[in-house]
Amino acid sequence: MLTKQELLDLQFIGARASLIDLAAFLDRVERHEGPDDYRFEALKKALPILLSNQPGRAKAALEALSDETHEPIERATFQGAFGAPHRFDF
Amino acid sequence: MVSRTTDDYEKLALAGCAAICEPAFWAGFDRSSPQGFYDYYRQLTDYEPKRAAKFGIPHFCWLCINPKEAEDAGFAREVMAILPEFLAKPTVLGIGEIGLNKNTRNELAIFEEHVQIALDHDLPVLIHTPHLEDKLKGTRLILDALASFSQLDRGKVIIDHVEEHTAGLVLDQGYWAGMTLYPESKCTPNRAIDILELFGTERLWLNSACDWGVSDPLAVVKCGLEMRKRKYSAEHIEHVLFENPKAFLSQSRNFKL
Repeated sequence: MLTKQELLDLQFIGARASLIDLAAFLDRVERHEGPDDYRFEALKKALPILLSNQPGRAKAALEALSDETHEPIERATFQGAFGAPHRFDF
Repeated sequence: MVSRTTDDYEKLALAGCAAICEPAFWAGFDRSSPQGFYDYYRQLTDYEPKRAAKFGIPHFCWLCINPKEAEDAGFAREVMAILPEFLAKPTVLGIGEIGLNKNTRNELAIFEEHVQIALDHDLPVLIHTPHLEDKLKGTRLILDALASFSQLDRGKVIIDHVEEHTAGLVLDQGYWAGMTLYPESKCTPNRAIDILELFGTERLWLNSACDWGVSDPLAVVKCGLEMRKRKYSAEHIEHVLFENPKAFLSQSRNFKL
């Protein structure tokens, strides 16, 4: 396995690009007109997870963007998924 | 591979692909009749093996009605009645990819009926977990449903498309876990390698999303390249990318390399 230094040498530029891409996406959405959207709010709500000093950030981010209910639903009204559950109040 | 051009077979052959294992899945639209599935199963069991053979690649398949088309339970059962005829074909590995899509009661009922077919025919099972916000709940529902099948050999079941939040749930209960690699939107090669570092290599395999969406049949090969960049040995890469799937698939009586 790589050392921490080697991993940073290999992937830091890519991670930096991903961070700036996300920042630009947040700016882009807010710059455009339209109603609030649960997906955008869910994404912003998950961002503090990245600042944690604990491992498991990817798992926690996935959980934050997951449907946490337990019972099967009665019927499907559509087939796709949108990336965030309809449960955010804003 | 029914959604791919012949060029993809050539690329896979050039990359050293030893075998293709294609699950029955959604066509990008709902089929209008059980006869549509009959033809699809003919394509999977007859035409695609011939197309792959032109490039020296053995082609195997899994059969089922996929969960996206399982919401109409009556329709699904008509399709499932066709299955036994095709389960006898020489390149069929087992039942899959069954599972859940939107985590509905009908999907769950059809999932359980598929598991029973697998048990009745002593076949391995390939399970699709839902995507994005539905994955965690769907994985839990699938695991709860499987727990009621006391005769099921968990070593002959692979639960696919796991990510960081579901891999542990699956592995802890003794099932195999699959990581499906995508160029965008879902699990990437680097995240898959992270999951291997977190959970070890036992009962884990990787596969390439290869469907109607943005996907890449060479994703597993590219993951091997990422593993080399991360200084994994050739033996370790071979173990994860080749020996693990071979070990699982060898439980199917039709799988031969």
